Amino acid sequence: MEKHVVVIYPHPDDESFGAAGTISKFRKEGVPVTYLCGTLGEMGRNMGSPIFANRETLPKLRKKELVEACKILDIDLRLLGYRDKTIEYEDKQEVARHIKGVLEEINPSLVITHYPNYAVHPDHNALGAATIEAVGMMDADTRPTVWAQAISHNFEKVLGEPDICIDMTDNFDEKMKAIVAHQSQASGIIKAFYGDTEESRDLKEAAIERLGKERFYIWDYPKND
Amino acid sequence: MKPIEMEKVQELLNGFKNKQVYLHLETTNGAYANHNNKNAYTVGAYIRNTSVLFTQAKIIGMENVYRVGLKMEKGWIYAEGLTDWTIHEGSKLLLAGHDREGRLMVSLQISETPFDY
Ligand SMILES: [Zn+2]
Repeated sequence: MEKHVVVIYPHPDDESFGAAGTISKFRKEGVPVTYLCGTLGEMGRNMGSPIFANRETLPKLRKKELVEACKILDIDLRLLGYRDKTIEYEDKQEVARHIKGVLEEINPSLVITHYPNYAVHPDHNALGAATIEAVGMMDADTRPTVWAQAISHNFEKVLGEPDICIDMTDNFDEKMKAIVAHQSQASGIIKAFYGDTEESRDLKEAAIERLGKERFYIWDYPKND
Repeated sequence: MKPIEMEKVQELLNGFKNKQVYLHLETTNGAYANHNNKNAYTVGAYIRNTSVLFTQAKIIGMENVYRVGLKMEKGWIYAEGLTDWTIHEGSKLLLAGHDREGRLMVSLQISETPFDY
């Protein structure tokens, strides 16, 4: 059994869209989970539907949504304090040292992050890379295992089949509970899920297909370093 | 935010003329543009809390879509595709353009005091 799991993603909602099923699996086993959220998604384009946020109010609203999602997932939340869409321009070593410091404090047995270069959003790639760097700086005998999540269309072709698969296809409703907390960002999938048109049923099916399986590669330090 | 009211926004723009003000200007089609549609390009530009002084300011447009141009001593600033406006924290002018799904595509914001980080 894991001792403590730390999820490190850059945006409020990455934890729900990307790993809600994995997180609840660990919580059901009684494993503590902490979410280190890199930014407040300050640069998000979605402003709610109908629009209820603007560029200046969005961070506060997304923080509230994130706190709510973490309550639903029953996990601790720590904010890293970077700004959305700027992580790749920060000094990578400095971000890695920052993350390493937090990890040493929490002392997890497992860290979940994005797979660098295969996670589409520049913040995903950069924070994933800094996280892998941070764990790489730790003592090889005692450092946590890293699970890396890829998102790009081509990842399976290049990287092969992921090592871990948490399948939420049959209990996706459970995952939706966390996603729904992100009202400002998730209006599309919320409409698809609770709508009653043929179009929304198609969208719902596509969403389950896309988000139903949470898959991770176990980071192979000797091989990838 | 609410649909742009041209006269009100023009009046507010006039109030920022000939003062050192903070500016936020941004365009985006989202970090996933190319991921969601391989024929699309992911493009965007962003500048925040840059200090500028403009001597002339105009809002122009029709049918709920507007452009704003600001003339500086040695250059220009403009934004197009603006649809909505609001006043934030009593004095910051926020202008933005949203697509049909309510997603932000462009924003131009002016304030005498800095925007948050
Ligand atoms: Zn994200």
